[in-house]
Amino acid sequence: MSKNQEFVKFDKVDKSYDGKVLVVKDLNLDIAEGEFITMLGPSGSGKTTCLMMLAGFETPTNGEIFLDKNPISNIPPHKRGIGMVFQNYALFPHMTVYENLAFPLKVRKINKDDIDKKVDKALSMVSLSGFENRMPGQLSGGQQQRVAVARALVFDPQVVLMDEPLGALDKNLRESMQYEIKHIHESIGVTVVYVTHDQSEALTMSNRIAVFNDGKVQQLSSPDKLYEEPVNSFVAEFIGENNTFAGEVTNFQKDQCKVKLSNGSEIIANPISVSSNGDRTTVSLRPERALINTKNKMDNNFKGKIEEVIYHGDHTRVRIDLLGNKEFILKVPNSSSNMDIKMGNEINVSWNSHDARALDPK
Amino acid sequence: MSSETGKILTTDGIPLEVSLKKAERKNKIKAFLLVAPLLLFLLITYIFPIGDMLMRSVDDKMVTEMLPKTFKSMEKWDGNEMPPEEVFEAFYLDFQKLVEEKRDGKLSTQLNYTKNGFKSILKKLRRKAKNFEEGNYKEQIMAVHKRWADVEYWRAIKRRAPAFTSAKYLKGMDMYKNEEGEIVSVEEDRRIHRVLWLRTLEIAFFVTLLCFLMAYPIAHLLATLPMKYSNLLMICVLLPFWTSLLVRTASWMILLQQQGVVNDFFVMIGLVADDNRPEMMYNKTGTYVAMTQILLPFMVLPLYSVMKTISPSLMRAGKSLGGTPFITFWKVYFPLTIPGIGAGCLLVFILAIGYYITPALVGGASGTLISNQIAFHMKSTLDWSFASAMGLMLLAGVLAIYWVYNKLVGIDNIKLG
Repeated sequence: MSKNQEFVKFDKVDKSYDGKVLVVKDLNLDIAEGEFITMLGPSGSGKTTCLMMLAGFETPTNGEIFLDKNPISNIPPHKRGIGMVFQNYALFPHMTVYENLAFPLKVRKINKDDIDKKVDKALSMVSLSGFENRMPGQLSGGQQQRVAVARALVFDPQVVLMDEPLGALDKNLRESMQYEIKHIHESIGVTVVYVTHDQSEALTMSNRIAVFNDGKVQQLSSPDKLYEEPVNSFVAEFIGENNTFAGEVTNFQKDQCKVKLSNGSEIIANPISVSSNGDRTTVSLRPERALINTKNKMDNNFKGKIEEVIYHGDHTRVRIDLLGNKEFILKVPNSSSNMDIKMGNEINVSWNSHDARALDPK
Repeated sequence: MSSETGKILTTDGIPLEVSLKKAERKNKIKAFLLVAPLLLFLLITYIFPIGDMLMRSVDDKMVTEMLPKTFKSMEKWDGNEMPPEEVFEAFYLDFQKLVEEKRDGKLSTQLNYTKNGFKSILKKLRRKAKNFEEGNYKEQIMAVHKRWADVEYWRAIKRRAPAFTSAKYLKGMDMYKNEEGEIVSVEEDRRIHRVLWLRTLEIAFFVTLLCFLMAYPIAHLLATLPMKYSNLLMICVLLPFWTSLLVRTASWMILLQQQGVVNDFFVMIGLVADDNRPEMMYNKTGTYVAMTQILLPFMVLPLYSVMKTISPSLMRAGKSLGGTPFITFWKVYFPLTIPGIGAGCLLVFILAIGYYITPALVGGASGTLISNQIAFHMKSTLDWSFASAMGLMLLAGVLAIYWVYNKLVGIDNIKLG
């Protein structure tokens, strides 16, 4: 069975609340059936607005949203059949866990026996069997979260939306819930649209990530591609750690270019969004791609002075003054050969030009 | 745990409980001193007056003290036949003393409450008693007026012997103790208080209902509108609060009278004929309209404070789960507002049941409430003990409502803010 690649489709969607500022600008986004897609972005980037438009709580100012090829802008939220997990869970505080889960089934006039079965199944899915008669107030945050997930799934919706569902949990719980939600998604194959501002959450859970900024999707790709091959400096900056050099393209070739930095030195970089000599650019380099005192042959080799050393156990973060950038970060794996890293030492730093991506200037 | 290990001791060997009490004693004293003025205030202005009211409403010592000898001699009298000579003698002596002290007027008023007809025969007795000879008072008194020879009147005197009475409470319910000591209702056409009680309950109930119906949407709007609009609306709700009650009631009088603004408007739009303007004041309508308006904020504010705490995402959750807007409202939103509804209704009902100024001004004859009757007895008839009795009955009624509410909804479900 081939899956519908355009199960959810945002078609040229604009959204403005006040008629002056566009919160979402010309959004085009296709979500495949069964996909786990994450909308990632800083607050105010328009990701939650997109989710609310999909859920039906906001209407697009322009454009149309399609669900399984049907336009849904004129369908009220309760007829869309989209499950939703809210940021603060939104469990009904006056109902027991059972009643919370039975609510979407009761309004669909499903008979009592089927309701019992479905509620049982949903609760065992989130490993909360036996909690039917508890009130939401008697549950811990993590348990409430699971109930909210179970409630959004219990009526077998086509799409489940999750609006920063783990935002209120502590770090450990958040991580275990991430895996749990991922496993639930894998086992039932429902389409999930997930909104978060936490990049590690997005990277671990999603099939694809849409990075939002300023009302636009900056990049839509799989987590590894997003990290390894950011297409612009916002994405490079937003996802993971990043060292940057600002400069001007001097020797542009198809797969390599030279970038002249403000202190006069030149580095070799991979041209991504530059097209000719004289373009301003920001070169982005992941910390773990730059090595110190390496014996491998690399086409960028420079000397830097260690400014700060922070011990992290499995690795050591080293801040280096390199080519006029005092914030150049290196991650040095913890091994016996790297013991000579000390403040004030001069060390050799090298990287491959392929990993230094010349992106748009900031 | 403590039962296994015995008393837990602090490091110094003092029992933990003792040490804790010692440590907290100072704070407790401080806390008590802080609330002491309030306690004193409550005691003086609330508990003491209510106690005094209670005493006054059952107090019947006046006659007891005026006729001490009579009541003492009546102790042996069974009340079936005419009392013996010593009762007459004692009564004569008591009465002479009262005449000397010029207190016989009060006695005649009091006895007249018990049985009509005492006033004239006491007056006559006073005149004749000057010429009484010593001895055989029974015949001399009985000769003054034929009623003095009627055993009913002597029984009426005996009924006033106890220092405490429930008569005022019975009167408040349009009942009395007849000669046989049974509690019976007064004749149909003389029952005024029962009608008043029922009307008070009825008006309080409907005013509460009207307030609820009007306040719910307002409170919902207040809780959901953006700040700048909700502030304006809040001021509109609170504005009546900042205006004198009397002024508000008076403005309703201007609006509702037959030549008033509302009637003029009705005539203008052709709803009623000019010569057939409806009476909207000095009857129940006026009371309903004015009281509902005045008590509305007391319903809006508790509802608002509860609605404010209901997260809008709950309604969204309900809708996203497939509930129509109505079902979501009914199953999710409404149950969560019940604490506010309870608080608002209880507040409005209790205020309405004891409302005074508004019904007095716009209520007329058919729109006055029990509190107006209380005020009437306080100011006009000066029957303070009766007023006290009715006041306490009102208080008992309110407490009963509170109790029923607690049983039905639970008082901890109340939320005022």
